[in-house]
Amino acid sequence: MNVHARAAQAPESEFEHVPPREAEMTAGVTIEPGKRYGFFTDTTLCIGCKACEVACKEWNQLPAEDGGLTGMSYDNTQRLSATTWRHVTFLERMGHEGTRRPDDLPGFQSQWLMMSDVCKHCSNAPCLEACPTGAIFRTEFDTVVVQQDICNGCGYCVPACPFGVVELDELDGKAHKCTLCYDRLKGGLEPACAKSCPTDSIQFGEIEDLDRRARKRVEDLHGRGVVDAYLYGAPGSPGSTGGLERLNAFFLLVDRPELYNLPAAPTRPAERIAPALGTGLAAMAGLAAAAFALFARSQRR
Amino acid sequence: MAQWDLANADAVLVMGSNMAENHPIAFRFVMQAKEKGAVVMHADPRFTRTSALSDIHAPIRAGSDIAFLGGIIRYILENDLVFKEYAVRYANLATIIDENFIEAARNEGLFSGWNEEKHSYDFDTWQYQGMVIPSALAEHYLDTAESYSEMTKRLHEGPPPDDPTLQHPNCVYQILKRQYADYTPEMVERVTGCPKETFLKVAEALARNSGPDRTAAICYAVGWTHHTTGVQMIRAAAIVQTLLGNIGRPGGGILALRGHTSIQGSTDIPTLYNMLPGYLPQPNAFKPQARHFDQFLDDETIPTGWWHNFPKYITSLLRAWYGDSVGPENEWGYQWLPKIVGDHSQLAMTLAIDDGLIKGMFLLGQNPVIGGSNSKLVERGLGRLDWLVVRDTDEIESANFWRKGHLVQSAERRPEDIGTEIFLMPGELAGEKAGTFTNTHRLIQWHDRVVEGPGDSRSELWFVYHLAKRLKALYANSELERDRPIRNLTLDYRAEGPREEPRADDVLREINGYTWPEKKQVASFKELKADGSTACGCWLYSGVYPEDDDNRARSRIPDGPDGPGTHLGWAFAWPANRRTLYNRASADPDGKPWSERKRLVWWDEAEGKWQSPDEIDFEPEKPPHYRPDWDKKPEGMDALGGDEPFIMMPDGRSQIFSPSGLKDGPLPTHYEPVQSPVRNPLHAQQDSPVAKKWAREDNPLHALGDPRFPHVLTTYRLTEHHSGGTPTRGVPHTAELQPEGFAEIPPELARQIGVRNLDWIVLSTPRGEVETRALVTERLKPFEIDGRHIFQVGMPWHFGWEGYATGDIANVLTAVVGDANSSMHENKALTCDVRAGRIRRSRHRR
Repeated sequence: MNVHARAAQAPESEFEHVPPREAEMTAGVTIEPGKRYGFFTDTTLCIGCKACEVACKEWNQLPAEDGGLTGMSYDNTQRLSATTWRHVTFLERMGHEGTRRPDDLPGFQSQWLMMSDVCKHCSNAPCLEACPTGAIFRTEFDTVVVQQDICNGCGYCVPACPFGVVELDELDGKAHKCTLCYDRLKGGLEPACAKSCPTDSIQFGEIEDLDRRARKRVEDLHGRGVVDAYLYGAPGSPGSTGGLERLNAFFLLVDRPELYNLPAAPTRPAERIAPALGTGLAAMAGLAAAAFALFARSQRR
Repeated sequence: MAQWDLANADAVLVMGSNMAENHPIAFRFVMQAKEKGAVVMHADPRFTRTSALSDIHAPIRAGSDIAFLGGIIRYILENDLVFKEYAVRYANLATIIDENFIEAARNEGLFSGWNEEKHSYDFDTWQYQGMVIPSALAEHYLDTAESYSEMTKRLHEGPPPDDPTLQHPNCVYQILKRQYADYTPEMVERVTGCPKETFLKVAEALARNSGPDRTAAICYAVGWTHHTTGVQMIRAAAIVQTLLGNIGRPGGGILALRGHTSIQGSTDIPTLYNMLPGYLPQPNAFKPQARHFDQFLDDETIPTGWWHNFPKYITSLLRAWYGDSVGPENEWGYQWLPKIVGDHSQLAMTLAIDDGLIKGMFLLGQNPVIGGSNSKLVERGLGRLDWLVVRDTDEIESANFWRKGHLVQSAERRPEDIGTEIFLMPGELAGEKAGTFTNTHRLIQWHDRVVEGPGDSRSELWFVYHLAKRLKALYANSELERDRPIRNLTLDYRAEGPREEPRADDVLREINGYTWPEKKQVASFKELKADGSTACGCWLYSGVYPEDDDNRARSRIPDGPDGPGTHLGWAFAWPANRRTLYNRASADPDGKPWSERKRLVWWDEAEGKWQSPDEIDFEPEKPPHYRPDWDKKPEGMDALGGDEPFIMMPDGRSQIFSPSGLKDGPLPTHYEPVQSPVRNPLHAQQDSPVAKKWAREDNPLHALGDPRFPHVLTTYRLTEHHSGGTPTRGVPHTAELQPEGFAEIPPELARQIGVRNLDWIVLSTPRGEVETRALVTERLKPFEIDGRHIFQVGMPWHFGWEGYATGDIANVLTAVVGDANSSMHENKALTCDVRAGRIRRSRHRR
């Protein structure tokens, strides 16, 4: 897809009118180095408008993809990638009898699930652990960012991510993913996706605050009969398994994680080193023993 | 009602709108209401992103809304759920109607007064007993020879006849009972296809959440207006809300979600042919009383209620337009106003262009090849023009149809045979110019210019201003009478910078109004005069610029979390910054709030005035127990009591029964869409008898029951694209979200015609056919209508051949048919056929 003529004429934006500490007005958050920040994405409030996808691409100057019509409900971007850092999943799930569709609904996204997915900014980030060059680092806001000038495109981070978030870009060969708007945080601005969300499905804030809000929200929903609501990625909940401890971008879901394209029990690859090493050594030993036995037998002949 | 006031509702019914997708910002407040425990309902032909967030989805066949709403009216009446103290005192529920009135339900679907010869209604039997009630919005009694003012004199003499016990057989309450007696839950199911249990849940939830302590809101959009019965659908909602006492109260009312950004603004300062700014009537050439200004004033001035101020507003408007060149000696320039001679709406104009009656056209921010009904007819018309000026940000389909359109694709015409001279001129986007948007709740919001548009692009204001300047220069020496309106037109805006951009704030200052000739800003429309000492571009907007340096539309002061939530410091809402219209109705007849929970306006006896955190939409010091002294033949507001909140109505009451102003009946009754696969189950009259059909060779309509077109088709918008698609299909970041046209069909239909998801299908109507991809989804539901199985398909109408996201134009399928009152098209409900495959297209030339 070529750059539109109008866009080519005006490649620069102007940022003269940004008030200081804008996030205090837009999200009630004071952004300071040394504190931990993240996203709480409440899928029961998501209306699938995709404003987050557009705001993300506009701010981060990511190119559009030309995937064509997928036929997968209204999801035409399909997945997170090197150039798509927010992605809204759509899942049609109309329970029905015969031709009759249900009309009495639990009221919080029961028949058509929508979720805005994003990099989880894991507290034990496997991508960071796999990175041999130090390109991926943990910022002063406890987020995980790839430095493009250091990344050498080795791609170790790609299989390391249990969520399939990081991807190498075909053009520059380097790893790209959501930065939780590192540049905006430095300027006192709320991340673009959260700011553009009209229903506050995407909430930005300090992790402890978000945690409290999220747990209260789950309680409220349970009280209102949405008994399937649960947190994914908060400490001690699904998604923060396998040594991941917690995800700084966590979610409220109302159905199985797999339906949202999330692994039911993600694991940090480093957790598997000891058992994998053990099994490997055992296999080696077994093979050696077998070889020795065979050799001994042939010697006897 | 204010969008943010939705957060105070206890129930929200979204109907005729896909609110979450097309008004996501307003839907934020529905979600807030829901957080506070409100029940959210969505009645719609499709299961959309709005339905997904609702507690109840009531699926209804496209175009059957009045049957559904009529069912709710009957449910309220039969179960005695009327908020009587409100509806009897504040509405015309008890008013007695002419004894010769007959409801459509008792007369095969026609109201009394049907004139077969004229093919229209005579309105005499729709009047109050012994009293003629004029319409607040002027297009009334077009063909009467008698002076209208003579007929409405009785309004000065006493209140309309009524029976507060509601027993009189011709009081509105009894008429309603008869009109909607047949709209039983079973009938609702039979007509709409919505299971009656679901319908009852909606009716019950609305009624349960209304009354002194609770309020319910209804939100609608173009899903109601785009029908031949669109006006009556909205009327039906107004009746429901009036019966339940939900108008003028916090969290209650009807929110008309507008089709795009400043459509509200373009009705206030209208692009409509039959109104002048501020809903003043455009004079009609065939009306004998419109020949001279004094007759026009006499005829159009409503004796009682707020509209009695009409002469002040029209005189100030003429002063603003023509300045010192007008005065009492030349009828204030009245003769220079264009007079309408018929229907000059877009649909009628489309045909006039096609017939060669119109030679030239300007398109400013409109793309009729995509958005106009019967797209091929539109193209043929454009191809017959002598000249066409297109101002837009892209080369839109309406500018290059002559080389890429249907006519050349189908080899009907060759590009060199199309003689239209087309001027494509680049327009500026919103951020590249200063000005205002008037949003859905009448909030006028100013925006500054952020950056100058690239290259030769210019604002619409620049274009119109400089065009007018050049025209004035051309006609400067003309002595012809007909050229005087151009010569005398005021154009006193400062133009600045190398581009000579006119100052939009100067235009807004003129719209607000000032004294003449001193040009001192007026503080509100109460200062406007009928003697020429004030000039005002639109009386309703008066107050938006009360001082020379005080642009209230630019103000951005929200209330904060502990404030009253009316946000009076956030921009300016017309009229006079009132956020809730008719808010006097939020207090009981004695002036006390109906309940503490729903407190908004109350009478302060000690101070002798009304109090509210909102601006009061009533006379601020008129006590609740004021009664008109009929011996003095009171005029204007003096004729309305202190307990009559609906000040724009001649009798101060909400019109459950509407005696004037509508061409298709004083009450809504269910008619089928003009193109429907179903015989009207309610009465013999199939569709609206006064629907504008324009049946002609290039706009064919099929007969009822034509087996070639068995399915219901509805066209709609997606959240990812904007209207004709120009601002989004050419932008990669929005184009990729919905990159290609499609039609949604239910799996049952897909099986029947043998297609799977993403297969090509062809949709056809008598007007034409389009090919597109099938999006097979269970969100579309087959209906059981009157014992028959009916499939419904939907197709977004954003797409065209330009930009990154392309697809066939849905409006190739639609017909030029319109609502009798508004001339609005019926693209939300028609019929079609669907088959597997593609269209064999002869590529170019012969």
